Amino acid sequence: MRGAHRMAQFDAIVIGGGLVGAAIGYGLVRDGLKVAIVDEGDIAFRASRGNFGLVWVQSKGLGAPHYQRWTRLSAEEWPALAQELGERTGISVGLEQPGGLQLCLGDEELEKRRLMMEQMRRESGNFGFEYRMMDRKEVADILPGVGPSVAGASWTPYDGHANSLKLLHALHKGFGQRGGAYLPNRTVVDAQAAPHDFRLGFAGETIAAPKVVLAAGLGNAKLAPLFGLSAPVRPQRGQILVTERTSRIWPLPLGSLRQTQEGTIMLGSSEEDVGFDTGQRPEIMRNIARRAVLSFPWIAELQIVRAWAALRVMPPDGLPIYDESAEFPGAFTANCHSGVTLAGAHANAFAPMVAAGALDPMMAPFSAKRFDVPAAA
Amino acid sequence: MFRPRPDAPAATIEVEVEDRTVRVPEGASAAAAILLAGLASLRDTPVTGSARAPYCMMGVCFDCLAEIDGVPNRQSCMVTARPGMRIRRQRGSREIDPHDRPEDLPSFPIPAPRSGGA
Repeated sequence: MRGAHRMAQFDAIVIGGGLVGAAIGYGLVRDGLKVAIVDEGDIAFRASRGNFGLVWVQSKGLGAPHYQRWTRLSAEEWPALAQELGERTGISVGLEQPGGLQLCLGDEELEKRRLMMEQMRRESGNFGFEYRMMDRKEVADILPGVGPSVAGASWTPYDGHANSLKLLHALHKGFGQRGGAYLPNRTVVDAQAAPHDFRLGFAGETIAAPKVVLAAGLGNAKLAPLFGLSAPVRPQRGQILVTERTSRIWPLPLGSLRQTQEGTIMLGSSEEDVGFDTGQRPEIMRNIARRAVLSFPWIAELQIVRAWAALRVMPPDGLPIYDESAEFPGAFTANCHSGVTLAGAHANAFAPMVAAGALDPMMAPFSAKRFDVPAAA
Repeated sequence: MFRPRPDAPAATIEVEVEDRTVRVPEGASAAAAILLAGLASLRDTPVTGSARAPYCMMGVCFDCLAEIDGVPNRQSCMVTARPGMRIRRQRGSREIDPHDRPEDLPSFPIPAPRSGGA
């Protein structure tokens, strides 16, 4: 050993310690690999600490049935992951999968939703897509106090929700228990890539592994080219309002509204293209509150106790990116804006593929090569 | 357990904490009145039901939640005591009466939903 420089060897390095990286890292150590998760510190944008906590299926993959399948696979893996995390770490992640309703305000929204859900069913082919449109009366029977603007809702049996902060905690704890090395406060600046040989340099320290998984969220855009990969993700801001804790009122999550197990009601959601700005805007917060109050007028009486904004990790077409490097085999990317929903797939399906050394052919449609098609003249 | 500081202004505001009458100086918070009332706690948490009392006194910890003048779950440290204010124990989470619709709700157009999938 020369000087103070240390070199640590792993079987796999995961760059990114949010929900995506932690789920993959957890899956890899469970498969017996020696794994390091490299994470930034408080300078990171940390979508995993700002999300809504849905395990949401019903609107995923319009025009992209492979995404609907991947999401369904994840929702199916979720119970086993939640139970395993509970047993190993003692942390209950609060998973409930009673199905979900997406409320539609006004007849126009309801008709658009009906067309969308029917297209989802058509595109699902033999895989199937069970859904039902509910009229206002049926919704009112399930959910007390719906407002006059609610025209109906779409329902699927696949949806659910969980405590996403506890999920993040449990994945990290489970990763550490299995001997995973969590390396925080490290920004990757010095990366060397060769087939099945990757080295990352930090101040006074180098780590190396034959496999590397880029799960750095928005950071993947800059990292991917270093490994012969592409991840053209951009930030999309979403804002959330949270009410005081109330008695349990909804038996299931409602897409942009959900009640946590502790009783708070979370109000979402919004989309803004504002770059790397995590600020909040009153007019967006007002619209979120208005939709909530039109859905349930009694929400107007509740106190808002917290509100925040966070940045979704958004690929150009909104679909996840999973890829393996042709130039440097052993390097993989994982990018999505649904780190909670897809945690089951990341831990129980994607990680085993990385451990085996190659992505399953079912992942091919998620390759970033889909963005390389030249635009028509 | 708690007493006003010797240099505190005269306690002129009379409030009711549970069934006790308490006097606090003008400008004092409802949480200060709760502490002066000498109660061991003024709420039970929604999840485990454990007893809590005002703690941070600056709007952060939410341990001072109380029902004030009929409104549940108020942060009593952020509420200025007023003459005749009634401060009551907050038991667990707020009960919702979903059929109790506010009548003074202004009417407004339906904001567009998120375009992408939730």
